This record gives sequence, structure tokens and C-alpha cells, in this order.
Amino acid sequence: MEQQEKNTVLSVKNLHKYFGKLEVLKGVDIDIHKGDVVAVIGPSGCGKSTFLRCLNRLEEPTSGRIEFNGETVFKKERREWKAAWKALQAKKGTDEYDQTAVNEAKLAYQELRKKEKATEKSIQKNLDKHRQKIGMVFQQFNLFPHLTILQNITLAPVKLKLKSKEEAEQTAMDLLKRIGLEDKANVYPSTLSGGQKQRIAIVRALAMSPDVMLFDEPTSALDPEMVGEVLKVMTELANEGMTMVVVTHEMGFAKEVANRVIFMNEGVIKEENTPKEFFENPQDERLKDFLSKVLM
Amino acid sequence: MWKNFRIALKGNRWKWYFEGLQTTLTISLGAILVGCVIGIIVALIKYTNKKYGKLKIARRICDVYITIFRGTPVYVQMLLMWLVILVSLSDMTIAILTFGINSGAYVAEIIRGGLESIDDGQLEAGSSLGLSKLQVLWHIVLPQAIRRALPPFCNEFIALIKETSIIGTIGVMDLTKVADNIIGRTREPFAPYIIVAVMYLVVVLILTFLLRLLEKKLSRSDK
Repeated sequence: MEQQEKNTVLSVKNLHKYFGKLEVLKGVDIDIHKGDVVAVIGPSGCGKSTFLRCLNRLEEPTSGRIEFNGETVFKKERREWKAAWKALQAKKGTDEYDQTAVNEAKLAYQELRKKEKATEKSIQKNLDKHRQKIGMVFQQFNLFPHLTILQNITLAPVKLKLKSKEEAEQTAMDLLKRIGLEDKANVYPSTLSGGQKQRIAIVRALAMSPDVMLFDEPTSALDPEMVGEVLKVMTELANEGMTMVVVTHEMGFAKEVANRVIFMNEGVIKEENTPKEFFENPQDERLKDFLSKVLM
Repeated sequence: MWKNFRIALKGNRWKWYFEGLQTTLTISLGAILVGCVIGIIVALIKYTNKKYGKLKIARRICDVYITIFRGTPVYVQMLLMWLVILVSLSDMTIAILTFGINSGAYVAEIIRGGLESIDDGQLEAGSSLGLSKLQVLWHIVLPQAIRRALPPFCNEFIALIKETSIIGTIGVMDLTKVADNIIGRTREPFAPYIIVAVMYLVVVLILTFLLRLLEKKLSRSDK
């Protein structure tokens, strides 16, 4: 049991996210262990990107709990209280309306808010530290256009004083060599192709030596020709044991590289399985429908 | 006609124009520096408030500042500063502060425009690397925003240089006031004003050229 807990990199419990009144995530639970390569697939608008972005709190979840390496990075459980409160209020006007219970609930709410505030305060103090260890790769690459490739990669390690400039540059060059782009070290991102940009973006995240890498549809903005080179880098990473969560439409990658495949729909995880079972023997009706459309 | 110009430049008079020009440039440069400092701070406060919802009171103050200084003539601001608010300071300091504070309101809006034109993805990439909000602003957003704000900023600077020509009212010997002075002696207004106009124009042209060079240097990453 302890061993298992040690190996859990990300733990998500009952995660909810509202955009205004629209509930995008309706209670997501998942544990991601060290070395896992989790492919998240699902129809557009199902909340998979939102889920991923909640993990490092680029998107602010509404309620639930997220732990990273055993440390809380998000915790709000007001939702349970709200449900109880609603149940109490529903009885208003009837004989069953229990004033003492309502008062207790009010007190409990104040207590809860106080606690949440304290938790949030301590989380905020460490959030940037946690994010250093959660690498993220975006659909639109988001390289910094005013910096050279080398500066893009070394900016965070140097400014966060994790490495000296020379060390950081050495690491960056080593990483660039691995993906065969060392000759691009001193050019600006605008001179690169989409595939090259995305590989640089991966390297930029890697330079922080993260414990887990989040990929948000990393190949969706690429020309078909360039998808391969990016997937190749990701596959190498996976083979080296990097823990990865990949939101993707690349079924090939999910099938070949991932060890867990997750189907999300309507804000919840509908099905999770090993790739083999997942693709050969899907259970959920919507998943069957989805797979029949994307696999053809 | 050439006689008029000769009279306008006679003896030591040609030197006066350059002394006036020096004053004009000192006020303009001082004012734009003050304007930049105020502008960047105000723009960052407004931007931080918009992105992260913090600094609410500071943002209100900034809004009031911008409304007042953009909504009233700089001439009136100058007179008020001179008569009421900054009486104890030297005229030059009053001039620099008046135009600096006035220009700060415009620079703030220019830089805020630049900041808000930066894609959210840039902020997300920065914070996902573990950089703090301040570091993201300083190292990622601001450099890009300043580059985008440079052309309108250049316009503001040019407008500022020409605006300083009203400073003669409070007794500062700037370029325009020098012309007035010479006209007071020669009773011939045409030539001095033409000379002064040409001098303003040359300054603006040089400035435009320099800023274009800077823009080119900064946009090397676009190619």
C-alpha cells in the first residue's frame, strides 16, 4: 500500500469544473503512477483538455482534490456541502424543515471556507514549485517568439535559479542534440516548422526535468507530414520511463505507446483499459460509436 | 526676404535657437522618461488586475489618473501645476513633471494595448514552467508588448516634443519662446518661426529614423 502511494504521481479525486453554469467536468477520478503513459481520448467538447489543464491549475477547477507527489495542489470540497444544503432547503415550508440542522450547516460552511482559505494559501505558496515539476506541451506550441531557441529552453531553469546559465545551456544543447536540432539553437522560433517548434516545446519542458509531462493535443496543429517526428520524440520519452498524460487524437500512439487508455465523454471518464482491451473490446456504447468513426 | 532671415540670425542670435532647442529636448526627454516609468507601472497594474483580478484599488486610482490627464488640456494642467501644485520647484522641473505625468497617461494606454495583444498561451507556457506571475510578466509578456507598442509610442513621443512648445507661457526659454523673444526685438515674425519650424521638423525626422532602426532591431525575431 505504501509502496503504491509512493509511486502515485498524480491523484485526482472527484474533480468538477464549471464554466459559468456549464458543468464541463462532472467528477473525474484517476490515479496516475510513475511511468504511466496515459492516453486520453474522446469527442471534442468532452472536457479532456479542460481536465488536463486542471492538473497544473492553468484552469481553475471548481471542486475536488488533486495531489501531486503526495502534496495537495488543489482541494475544494464545498460541493458536498452545497448538495447537503440544497437537500435541507428543499424541505423549507414543510414540517420536516429542521432549523438546528440548518444552523449547523451554516456553521459548517463557515468552518469549511476558513479551512479552504488556509489550504489555498499554503498551496499558492508552492504552486509555482509544483509546476516546475509538471511539464506541459501545448497544441499551439507557445514558444516565446522574442527569444532564441536556446533562450526559450534556458529561460525557466536560469530565472528560477535551478541552474547556472552555462549548465542550463549545456543541458539545452544536449537535449537539442537528441532531437537533432542543435543547429537551431541560436535562431528564433518563427524560422522553424510546426514539427520543429513542437519538438523544441517538448525539450523546453524537459529541461526542467519534470516528474510528469502533460500533452494537450500536441499534434493537432501540425501538418500531417510533421506529426511523425513529434510522435517519435514522445515515444522515445515514454520508452525512457517518463510519466505522461497525453490528450490526443492519434489512435496509433494510444494503441502502441500508451499503457492506459481513457475515454472521456460528457465530463466523466467513461472507460479505462489497457490499449489492447480498449480498442479490441470496447464496452461503452458511445466509445464503440467513437472508435468506429475514428478508426474506420 | 533673405534679409529677414539674416536679421533673425544676426550676431549671437543663431546661438539662442540652439539653446532653446536644448531646453526643448531636455524637457521632452525628461518628460518621456517620467512618462515611461508611470506608463509602465500603470499599464502593469491594469493588466494584472484584468488577468488575475488583483490590485483592485490600485487599478481604480490608475483609471482616475488616466481619465483626468487625458480628459483635460495639457495647457491647463501646466498652468495649474505652475500656479498651485508645484510652486516651490524650478520652472524646468515643473515642465518635465507636467509633460511627464500627462504623457504617462497616454503611454500607459499604449503599453496596456501592447500587453493585452499578447496571446494567453504565452502566459500559460510561462506559468507551466513554474515561473511566477511577475517573472512571466517581466521576461515574457513585457518584452513582446513593448515591441508591439513601439510604433504608437513613437507617435506619442513626437506629439510630446511638439506639445512642449507651450511651455514658454510659464517662462521657460524653449525653442518657440526663443522665436518669440527674437521677434520682440526685430518686429519681424516670419523668419524666426520658419527657422523654429524647420528645427522641430529635423528633430522629429531624426527621431523617426532612430525609432525605425530600433524597431528593425527588435523585430529580427520575426524573420
